[in-house]
Amino acid sequence: MGSKRVEELEGVAIRFTGDSGDGMQLTGTKFTESTALAGNDLSTFPDFPAEIRAPAGTLAGVSGFQIHFSSHDIRTPADAPDVLVAFNPAALRANLGDLRPGGMLIVNSDAFTDKNLERAGYEADPLPGLHDRYRVVEIPVTRLNREALKDLSLGQREADRSKNFFCLGLMYWLYSRPVEGTLKWIDARFAGEVKEANRRTLLAGYHFGETTELFPVSYVVPRAKIEPGRYRNITGNQALAWGIVAAGVQMQRPVFLGAYPITPASDVLHELSRYRHFGVKTFQAEDEIAAAASAVGASYAGMLGICTTSGPGFVLKQEALNLAVMVELPLVVVDIQRGGPSTGLPTKVEQGDLLLALYGRNSDSPVPVIAAATPGDCFYSALEAFRIAVKYMTPVVLLSDGYLANSAEPWRIPDVETLVRAPVAFRSDPAGFKPYARDPESLARPWAIPGTPGLEHRVGGLEKEDVSGNVSYSPTNHERMTRLRAEKVARIVQDIPPIEVNGSPRGELLVVGWGSTHGTITSAVEELRAAGRDVSSIHLRHLNPFPANLGEVLRGFRQVLVAELNLGHLARLLRAEFLVPAESLTKVQGQPFKVSEIKARAEAMLGRATRREA
Amino acid sequence: MADAVGTLSKKDFASDQDVRWCPGCGDYSILTNVQKVMPELGVPRENFVFVSGIGCSSRFPYYMNTYGFHTIHGRAPSFATGIKASRPELSVWVVTGDGDGLSIGGNHLLHTLRRNLDLQILLFNNRVYGLTKGQYSPTSREGMKTKSSPLGVIDHPIDPLSFALGAGATFVARTVDVDAKHLQEMLTRAHAHPGTAFLEILQNCPVYNDGEWSEVEDKATRSAATLTLSQGEPLVFGPKGARRGIRIEAGVPRVVPLADDADPRQAGITLHDEHAASAGYAFALASLARPEFPVPIGVFRAVERPTYESLLQGQVDQAVRQRGAGDLAALLGSGDTWTVEA
Repeated sequence: MGSKRVEELEGVAIRFTGDSGDGMQLTGTKFTESTALAGNDLSTFPDFPAEIRAPAGTLAGVSGFQIHFSSHDIRTPADAPDVLVAFNPAALRANLGDLRPGGMLIVNSDAFTDKNLERAGYEADPLPGLHDRYRVVEIPVTRLNREALKDLSLGQREADRSKNFFCLGLMYWLYSRPVEGTLKWIDARFAGEVKEANRRTLLAGYHFGETTELFPVSYVVPRAKIEPGRYRNITGNQALAWGIVAAGVQMQRPVFLGAYPITPASDVLHELSRYRHFGVKTFQAEDEIAAAASAVGASYAGMLGICTTSGPGFVLKQEALNLAVMVELPLVVVDIQRGGPSTGLPTKVEQGDLLLALYGRNSDSPVPVIAAATPGDCFYSALEAFRIAVKYMTPVVLLSDGYLANSAEPWRIPDVETLVRAPVAFRSDPAGFKPYARDPESLARPWAIPGTPGLEHRVGGLEKEDVSGNVSYSPTNHERMTRLRAEKVARIVQDIPPIEVNGSPRGELLVVGWGSTHGTITSAVEELRAAGRDVSSIHLRHLNPFPANLGEVLRGFRQVLVAELNLGHLARLLRAEFLVPAESLTKVQGQPFKVSEIKARAEAMLGRATRREA
Repeated sequence: MADAVGTLSKKDFASDQDVRWCPGCGDYSILTNVQKVMPELGVPRENFVFVSGIGCSSRFPYYMNTYGFHTIHGRAPSFATGIKASRPELSVWVVTGDGDGLSIGGNHLLHTLRRNLDLQILLFNNRVYGLTKGQYSPTSREGMKTKSSPLGVIDHPIDPLSFALGAGATFVARTVDVDAKHLQEMLTRAHAHPGTAFLEILQNCPVYNDGEWSEVEDKATRSAATLTLSQGEPLVFGPKGARRGIRIEAGVPRVVPLADDADPRQAGITLHDEHAASAGYAFALASLARPEFPVPIGVFRAVERPTYESLLQGQVDQAVRQRGAGDLAALLGSGDTWTVEA
């Protein structure tokens, strides 16, 4: 490090933005890894367009990656970045509104050509007018990168592809991050001249920071005080895939994944297809229907059947899911929700499939539904989904979303010994075997798999006679079976923990959330409580059945606010189920909530209470 | 309890459920012959799984005293794929119909055939929707009048065998519901084939499309209306006095009259070769249709290709050999990690 001054910061949020082809996701990911190794707590938000390569330089093609890192505990990628890195005018235009006033704006000045300005819809260069409001740092990244690589034989186009590494190196210097990890990664990932180019320009960027007059100070964010243990960085999709692998290990049955490529779920298929040595069989089906059907077939054969998909694919799986309800086989269906309806916003977050998960099938078709709260929680949610599926012989819907899928956080690696071990037990005794005889407590029927002598039997989508499982059209039997299927799922409540209140268990306002809004809601409520406000929060992991004490908790508050990224699914359920006057805070912009949005609504509701008392 | 292979008989494969097809349905004969063949296949009863979709044919598993899974419309091949890919040791049979397999389930049938899992797919073709009471199916003849086509069908029909060949099926055969001996032979051949065996069974629906296959089912007309395929044998058909042969040249089939005492080989009649490297020959056979040609029955094509489940299991085994059996703690701790001290 040079002789410049080093300033200590508590936390910083940086947003890297550029064209889809500028490598912003890679830059963000590498910065995240380096930051994790530096010991900070962190939260990330990758935000990219659905198009692989939208026309260069246009607003449609802007890709962004926000990372919030800190020396204390954080749960969100931050409402507003402190630093915006813009690789072109379109990225600036699309993101400038979010940069906090007085924040740092780092731009690749070489990209601010007349043509690019025009593509971004700027009539004139906006940079000169921004110096009053922001700390603008203009760096000719393209030229500096070319200069750094001039001894190599790469053509200009190829050389220009490395320019994100120049910027990454610069940011490493600016925030005192280690470069070694990324250098090692470059060595392993690239070869020949490209490897050399990426190495050189990464270091050139780092040294540029040290020597340039543009940055009089660099910053350090001290290590966060977090729970002792061994940590890694993890995204929701990776945690989900590992949770699925872990379920196979802990239940001592091989996993079978039936999947069809769909954003943002495909990464789980990619990840799981690498774990054949765990006995994981992945099957890329011809469509979403076959993916679900193959997973049900695998469950029927005694595997841990799972399918992973997103909204439009989840719709197509409902019929197979309904068959699994009827034949009472364990199955996990993961819906990584995205903006809809229809194709909607494939790469953006939404929580719009809750009611589909609960009610999207013909007739009364109860399935347990659980939702992951954080990227790391996707691991435990997968284990929980399989635990319920096998114990209760039922399909389970696990809801994740596009934000959890791609966001990263430091994750304390669990001790495998502490994970629940629940080896699967198949029925093997033919004496007294009835396919639909039920366990008196769980109401689960036996799992009797092909290949077991003496247990030959038939299952199918036609209504089953109670106990025998034979086809039955009896009116009273149908009603009995419909009620039994509902009762079985309802009984899962005995097996899930009571909801815990974050804050006081009674009071004026309770903010209720589920899924990926956990971090934002918790942060908002903690900030409000720190300011003396009477507000608490709960976060629902189990959406069907609800925890046993939920009604009691809701009734302990004068006002209830349900915050969710849809037009009020959970709010509707809570009002219907518990007759509480729950209000809705909704948002469907393909973006997570901001802490400020939760706080503003909560403050407004608390203000009502104050007026009431006055 | 487990019965030793070889000691079981037909009745051991009949379930206790009442069979509920219409009187005279071709499905009865198919069921009986399947139950007859099962004990001969050398497979423990508990390893048989019958999987079906929706339709009259798809009630089949309920009547078999084996493992059975009556699934959803058109998707039986996909459920069967999950079963077979998971448990290669099971003998998995798919029972489907012309509507279930070729209309709503056409996509799954196509992809299952190309993947070549070791399944037996029995497609009962009666050229009509029976369970929904008489609409035309994707194999119905043009012009056929049904409840949903009172002015005649305007869809061009699909030929199940050409479909299967086009999908890259490694075993393609056809038989007839009432021809017990041939049906049993084809079931045995289908089972013996290592890969997806696609067997079309011409089946009569006495209620909604009675007599569709009468020419090939009726003993009086069968000889002239069918061409029984036999490996290495010339394509000869017809009764004494009206013997004829098929000559296929450049993919184009032609009927050649043949005297009773003529040697078909000398007469240039094509010799049947189910193992032909190119599927072109089988396509030519599949194009043979009444009234110009006889309906071929038998094995059109039988070639070998690795099965999907063996390739998949092979990847699992190889991964375990190369990387060792998966270690969860090692996986979770792989890559960049760091330790926060207390």
